[in-house]
Amino acid sequence: MSPATQNGRFGIFGGQYVAETLMPAVEELRCAWEKLDGDEEFHRDLNALLDEYVGRPSRLTLASRLSEALGAKIYLKREDLNHTGAHKINNCLGQALLAKRMGKKRLIAETGAGQHGVATATVAALLQMPCRIYMGAEDVQRQALNVFRMKLLGAEVEPVYAGSNTLKDAMNEALRDWVTNVEDTYYLIGSVAGPHPYPEMVREFQAVIGKETREQILEKEGRLPDALVACVGGGSNAAGMFAPFEADSDVRFFGVEASGDGIDTDRHAATLTKGRVGVLHGSKSYLLCSDEGQITEAHSISAGLDYPGVGPEHSYWKDSGRATYLHRCDAEALDGLEMLARHEGIICALETAHAVAGLAEVVDVIGAGAIVVLCLSGRGDKDMMTVASARGVEL
Amino acid sequence: MSGASLRQRFHDIALEGRAALIVYLTQGDPAPEASVDLLVSMAESGADVIELGVPFSDPSADGVVIQQAMQRALDAGGGLSSALATVRNFRDRGFTTPIVLFGYYNPIFVRGVERFAAEAVEAGVDALLTVDVPIDELTELYEPLSKVGIGVVPLVAPTSTPERIAKVASFDPAFVYYVSMTGVTGSAFKGASGGAERVRVIQEATGAPVAVGFGIKTGKDASEVASYADGVVVGSALVRRIAAAEGVEQACLSAGELGAELRAAMKR
Repeated sequence: MSPATQNGRFGIFGGQYVAETLMPAVEELRCAWEKLDGDEEFHRDLNALLDEYVGRPSRLTLASRLSEALGAKIYLKREDLNHTGAHKINNCLGQALLAKRMGKKRLIAETGAGQHGVATATVAALLQMPCRIYMGAEDVQRQALNVFRMKLLGAEVEPVYAGSNTLKDAMNEALRDWVTNVEDTYYLIGSVAGPHPYPEMVREFQAVIGKETREQILEKEGRLPDALVACVGGGSNAAGMFAPFEADSDVRFFGVEASGDGIDTDRHAATLTKGRVGVLHGSKSYLLCSDEGQITEAHSISAGLDYPGVGPEHSYWKDSGRATYLHRCDAEALDGLEMLARHEGIICALETAHAVAGLAEVVDVIGAGAIVVLCLSGRGDKDMMTVASARGVEL
Repeated sequence: MSGASLRQRFHDIALEGRAALIVYLTQGDPAPEASVDLLVSMAESGADVIELGVPFSDPSADGVVIQQAMQRALDAGGGLSSALATVRNFRDRGFTTPIVLFGYYNPIFVRGVERFAAEAVEAGVDALLTVDVPIDELTELYEPLSKVGIGVVPLVAPTSTPERIAKVASFDPAFVYYVSMTGVTGSAFKGASGGAERVRVIQEATGAPVAVGFGIKTGKDASEVASYADGVVVGSALVRRIAAAEGVEQACLSAGELGAELRAAMKR
């Protein structure tokens, strides 16, 4: 487990910046979360579901052609093979089981691309809990397929018409629901964001990615990798991959942000690269905002990275130098997606495609012949309309 | 004025045998120039304290009425700099009605809390209420603000535990804002949960005046709450009137009318 946080802080980052009405709920959650530490029954239940229902452990696949092309030994941690097609389910199962233990009757969640919404709707169906998903109206348009999936699973999908009609606005609306129905409702946050304990808790539920990777790479290579690479929007797949290696200083971490139309335009989502420290959605972290402190809209071809904030632990890793954050624009991500498809026969999500596109720079930095593990956070089916339209193809 | 004199104001009003009328307006709605006129009309119609909402792009504790007001305000150039200018202009016109800036933390944090504190004093702000800074995180605001004499107004909710309420006293609050129900601003008033009893507990635990807000819309609601609280906050109902008015003059008239009606209803 990553070094414990002091009062929910990662250095100066993190904290609990929420309305007083929510504080008792946040504290109730913190206590319930801390009690899980020695709770064998909980972990047995969770592990059984991860095994039988999600299909874990996920495979660690050597990407031979990609390795040859880039001059390093590249492994893919296959979160795309999980049930529901992405890493999001790991966290959703953990939190939903916790919600049940806490006696909560109802789940709410925000979603951007819809992957977290689908994963939440899935566990809600599995555990027979009513569920409402908040989704920015623009994302509802962009991700019609995922909206349909959520409804098919029995969830209510509530389009949010406010601000930029995207993920941050969905999160605002979920907070409003929580503050209104705080007694019986559990807010299932999808990333390593929000007030303490969410960033720590989501990281730990996602740390199954890094823990398995560690065992698998030791078995295959007899040593730890030289670098880990993952895309970063809120940063949950990256945090889950990185955290179990935090004490291994020879293992370098590379996060890849989305620079949308380009890092020097004002249409990007590269929070760590171009943002400043501020307070949003419960924690202090880097974010995109104006000199007046107004949050600015993020832009990325990938709805899952289209968020003007980032998890506080990433801010800490950036400032401490533990992790390096790169950025890739929409066009580079599309090229990354095609490269992985053509070389390995795997169509990844547009989020993951940013990490794929960052691989060449990582190999440049750490040197040829290195062992690199890429977190293949999700599969690309949901993005086919977007990719086709970006390539000028009508389906 | 300052946090201390705001507290004194509550004391004086209590001696008059009534509760304070506290009104909320979103700065910059419908336009920054109009805000000064609206403040004047509220002061003249009998508001004892004015909460001036600082527009924010992501008002996650506000209902749709104030969300839309903030969006209109941001489109018109409202924000923290503009709100400080509004207060300065109001003071320049000779008004001493206490002003509480009411908003979210990020605009203040990004400006720098110490710089904000200096500018707020200079403009004539008396106290600050930040909805997303609970008492657990309030020290980082309280220390720089108290150095310059600006008070903080902590929130207490129906869900707040006795331990949390007890902690409020250490911030020597100008007054405590009791959020009368779980929910966002502008929801339907169902009677303050716990009502009089809850307010008495908070008064005793904090030693500070207690104002009650969230969902209070009419003279009848206000008069009910005024029978046991030190102050009554009305926000969304006023903001709604301003939004419905045609032109600034009518907005001032309509908001002033509601202010006077509330004030009259609260007479004991």
